[in-house]
Amino acid sequence: MFTYYLRLALKSIKRNPILSALMITAIGLGIGASMTTVTVNYLMSANPIPHKSEQLFYVQLDSWSQFEPAREPNEPPDQITWTEATNLMQAKKAYRQSAMASTGGVIEPKGQDEKPFMASIRLAFADFFPMFDAPFLYGSGWPDSSDDNRDYVVVISKATNERVFGGENSVGRTIRIVGENFRVVGVLDDWLLVPRFYDVTTGAFDETEEVFMPFYMKQELELTNGGNTNCWKTPEGEGFTAFLQSECVNYQMWVELRNDNEKAQYMDFLNNYVNEQKTLGRFARPLNNRLSNVMQWMENQQVVADDAQIMMWVSFMFLLVCLLNTIGLLLAKFTGKAAEIGLRRAVGASKTDLFIQHLVETACIGVAGGILGLGLAYLGLEGIKSLYGEFVQNLVGLDLTMMVSAILLALISSILAGMYPTWRACNIAPASQLKSQ
Amino acid sequence: MLTMTDVKKVFRTDLVETHALRDFNLQVDEGEFVAVTGPSGSGKTTFLNIAGLLETFEGGTYQLDGQNVSHLNDKQRSQLRNEKIGFIFQSFNLIPDLNLFDNVDVPLRYRGFKSNQRKKRIEESLELVGLANRMKHLPSQLSGGQQQRVAIARALAGNPRFLLADEPTGNLDTKMALSVLELLKEINQQGTTIVMVTHDQHLASQAKRNIYVRDGQVSELTDTPDSSIVAINQTAIG
Repeated sequence: MFTYYLRLALKSIKRNPILSALMITAIGLGIGASMTTVTVNYLMSANPIPHKSEQLFYVQLDSWSQFEPAREPNEPPDQITWTEATNLMQAKKAYRQSAMASTGGVIEPKGQDEKPFMASIRLAFADFFPMFDAPFLYGSGWPDSSDDNRDYVVVISKATNERVFGGENSVGRTIRIVGENFRVVGVLDDWLLVPRFYDVTTGAFDETEEVFMPFYMKQELELTNGGNTNCWKTPEGEGFTAFLQSECVNYQMWVELRNDNEKAQYMDFLNNYVNEQKTLGRFARPLNNRLSNVMQWMENQQVVADDAQIMMWVSFMFLLVCLLNTIGLLLAKFTGKAAEIGLRRAVGASKTDLFIQHLVETACIGVAGGILGLGLAYLGLEGIKSLYGEFVQNLVGLDLTMMVSAILLALISSILAGMYPTWRACNIAPASQLKSQ
Repeated sequence: MLTMTDVKKVFRTDLVETHALRDFNLQVDEGEFVAVTGPSGSGKTTFLNIAGLLETFEGGTYQLDGQNVSHLNDKQRSQLRNEKIGFIFQSFNLIPDLNLFDNVDVPLRYRGFKSNQRKKRIEESLELVGLANRMKHLPSQLSGGQQQRVAIARALAGNPRFLLADEPTGNLDTKMALSVLELLKEINQQGTTIVMVTHDQHLASQAKRNIYVRDGQVSELTDTPDSSIVAINQTAIG
């Protein structure tokens, strides 16, 4: 019977092409607008490392001024100072840990014709790579010893390897960065993190860096601060070292803790550390240390922007308006079929038979609207790309989940919209229609 | 076969109550060809709708083929209608964008027949009305008389015991009307019971039995009516 209903639905859609096109367009517009904003929200809020997001913790220590919190209400600063970063790393109390910072520098390719170019650099510790499951194309990360020895080693991105070494296995070769020669120990494969959760203080949706080098190179080469630097107190003294040792925060700290016990122990360690610092006249605020797992940290940092969420709700309201229009159009369409409905009732169709028949017709319109909506969502996302450029490159793409969701949303919403007109159609008194055709 | 006893039907609006049928009594036996006549608004069509289970009624009892239909739900009524009753309407009521084959197929779809069973019945029905060679035509490609023949084929396809016809020749010219009437008589001779509502006295005179409806009540006429209607008021039936 389903195929019969399907055939009737297609005939009915063809019978009133303009009315059908209007309904499909209405649903398509609503679905297109909704799916565009839902996709952006979905990708913004996706778990970037689902298999271990519960074991990776971002460290916050409240080293801020005693007179005001870093952020209301009583939030510790988003980053830590150089002093804390180096102290926590020397303590090595977690299963894995890496303080990190962003900076930048010029890469000078060897070829005479190649121009130097600016590259983003992440300063990190050896644990960074296994902790975040960084994928390697060639080689690996540097050993722990390279951190403390301040070895001139780097891991470079696939794109950098293409640009400087033409995509060859460059492990063991030398690359000149910020005027120094570094030995390449590893080349990363494509590594798309959406969001780039390990540093969301600036550019949560930026790509991963082009170069990774040991953290202490910051001090060794006096590298500039990248990202946000916030200070509650003026550095005591002039120069790079004074600034490095100031109370300014510019460093992120991640630890991998495999279970609650390790987490509790690490929190105890942090509290003890801060109490120790208090005796040295630092950390004037009450204990306020935090360990946030990946998704908690994304939430804390409001990675999904408020305006993106508002846009999503506005687009759902738009979908609702489109569906209300569809209800009106379906009412008109089904009213026009009253004579046929009366006839079908007369020859033995029950109300249930007619209800299913018209619901199948509504579902067909919904699926067609969903497909149109997908096309419009694709155009919408392309529009966002062209408006915002590379900033949102990683955020705008329809994956299979979103495609299936779009069709399902169209199907469910059109069936819901079709309920009332269908119910009305089934309750048409047959006798009144049979005489008047 | 069809027995209505003291059936009442009232149409209500905010301002007025209209008694379409009042103590309506009628029995139609198997194999009869009954013509129902009466002035406009007398209740003929209401009777036909109730007989065809398209409308409910307020009082009295109605037995169709020995089954009391008063308390049947929608599904049961639909099933009974599908299996036992065939309808023929004045304006044919064919579905315009279905071809003849698919139009005749409509009642069979709700019977749950298999595809080959349906095909056989459709072909036989269209053969009976002389349109087997035009199965793939749309209704708009046929004359009025041919369209009514398709409607008759549709009514017969499910092999009903009852044919209910509401002014079946009302939209046809005399020649076509006579041809449709001949077809109905032929169908009746093959054993199908027919109840036909009509204004046309000549048409009514061709039926085996005539009843006259006035003010929602039934009167039996003589077996061979003429223009002077002799009513036998309130004939006790059944």
